[in-house]
Amino acid sequence: MSEPATGTSTVWRPRLSPKARLRWDEVEKRYMLVFPEAALMLNETAPEILKLCDGEHTVEGIVDSLIVRFVGIDREAIKEDVVGFLGRIKARGLLEA
Amino acid sequence: MGAPRPYTLVAELTYKCPLKCLYCSNPVNFHEMRNELSTEQWVRTFSEAADLGVVQLHLSGGEPVVRKDLPELIRHARSLDLYTNLITGGTLLNGEKLQLFRDCGLEHIQLSLQDTDGKTAELVAGARSYDKKLDVARLIKQVGFPLTINVVLHRLNIDHVPALIAQAADLGAQRLELANTQYHAWAQENQSSLMPTRAQLDRAEGVVLEARPRYQGTMEIAYVKADYYSDYPKPCMGGWARNYMVIIPTGEVLPCHAAHVIPGLHFDSVRDRSLTTIWAESQGLNAFRGDGWMQEPCRSCPKKTFDFGGCRCQAFLLAGDAAATDPVCSLSPRHDIIRAAIAKAEQGNGSLIYRDPKNSERLSTRPLAPASR
Ligand code: SF4
Ligand code: SF4
Repeated sequence: MSEPATGTSTVWRPRLSPKARLRWDEVEKRYMLVFPEAALMLNETAPEILKLCDGEHTVEGIVDSLIVRFVGIDREAIKEDVVGFLGRIKARGLLEA
Repeated sequence: MGAPRPYTLVAELTYKCPLKCLYCSNPVNFHEMRNELSTEQWVRTFSEAADLGVVQLHLSGGEPVVRKDLPELIRHARSLDLYTNLITGGTLLNGEKLQLFRDCGLEHIQLSLQDTDGKTAELVAGARSYDKKLDVARLIKQVGFPLTINVVLHRLNIDHVPALIAQAADLGAQRLELANTQYHAWAQENQSSLMPTRAQLDRAEGVVLEARPRYQGTMEIAYVKADYYSDYPKPCMGGWARNYMVIIPTGEVLPCHAAHVIPGLHFDSVRDRSLTTIWAESQGLNAFRGDGWMQEPCRSCPKKTFDFGGCRCQAFLLAGDAAATDPVCSLSPRHDIIRAAIAKAEQGNGSLIYRDPKNSERLSTRPLAPASR
């Protein structure tokens, strides 16, 4: 997955689309992302990323805050995960431009 | 094997509607089904749905805005943490109602438009509605809702897809659904007037593919293909009674909005049994779960885990057997029915039968003869 093409990815400040909502699922005991057409079950990291998709944090900023939480994991690996995930949900129309 | 987890509830609150769309998916005999669930019955049903694992609620109809208790139902749904979407024709909305719905916690609105051309739009909707709908679309945005615009495509509007895309973008929709007509219910009555030609479809699909990248990130363009012109059927509802349930105004729990056309199936009402019991034990819901019911060619086809053999209602309506392979499939022994319908479409133009109580009454007294219709 390539980086979303909105100029340079360092200044991109992803914001969750107003139609999508992060929601705790009591049945499966994990977070899901719900929107009118579907619901996506999320792994452990995804909700942490989505909580930072507030239009304030840059992609680098998101990576920085995740590093604090996931000690011992390589920054480049985290960044690759973050960018890949953001690209996938953007392609589904879940992030604002 | 227990029943699968339902994720989505489509609550058809009423069959009342000020419009008379030629393609309406409400049952042709809707006028016989006037005994609507009460507020309390819907409230209890939403609670039971949430307990079963439902996360999305679509408030639909008919025109759901007809229901006076809509604000209360929205508030209750949100108290259950259901993602709450209103599916509306829009003509009964105004700024005040929209603000009230917003305050009650409504999260998203899906508005149907018929066409960019006002005359054709109103010909298809059977009522004055074009200007009002556009005003309402703007109000929806002003009040701050995310907006999906849904347009059912057919012979009369499919050539306007470029304008439909521009209009939706102009109105600030974050999603545009261009969905080819499914030929059930009223659409089946009007099939010879509504079926587009292959050339029309090819052009429309080309326009969508070309437009998508231009709107990437601002507006998603979903396109639902015309299954008559596809080689294989769609995975109808993601499989019979798997993740979706539709509850009709009278309380029966269905796997899709059309399933009561199939004879021999019994669908329980939430008036009589709890939703939990119905979901697990309903004869109608269990009839086509899994793949034990399948015949050849589906039974030994590798695609069956993806498309579930297509649409059961269509199999019944066209081939006269709800357990048959969907005739839309090119492997179906009854695919000739589809070829004949396409040939008829190329000649075009039948009658226009509007979805209104009078026609409903007339058509529901007709003896059932699906395969020969
Ligand atoms: S399709 Fe048209 S007539 Fe049918 S419920 Fe919707 S708005 Fe009403
Ligand atoms: S034969 Fe049945 S399972 Fe195979 S593609 Fe056709 S409808 Fe689907």
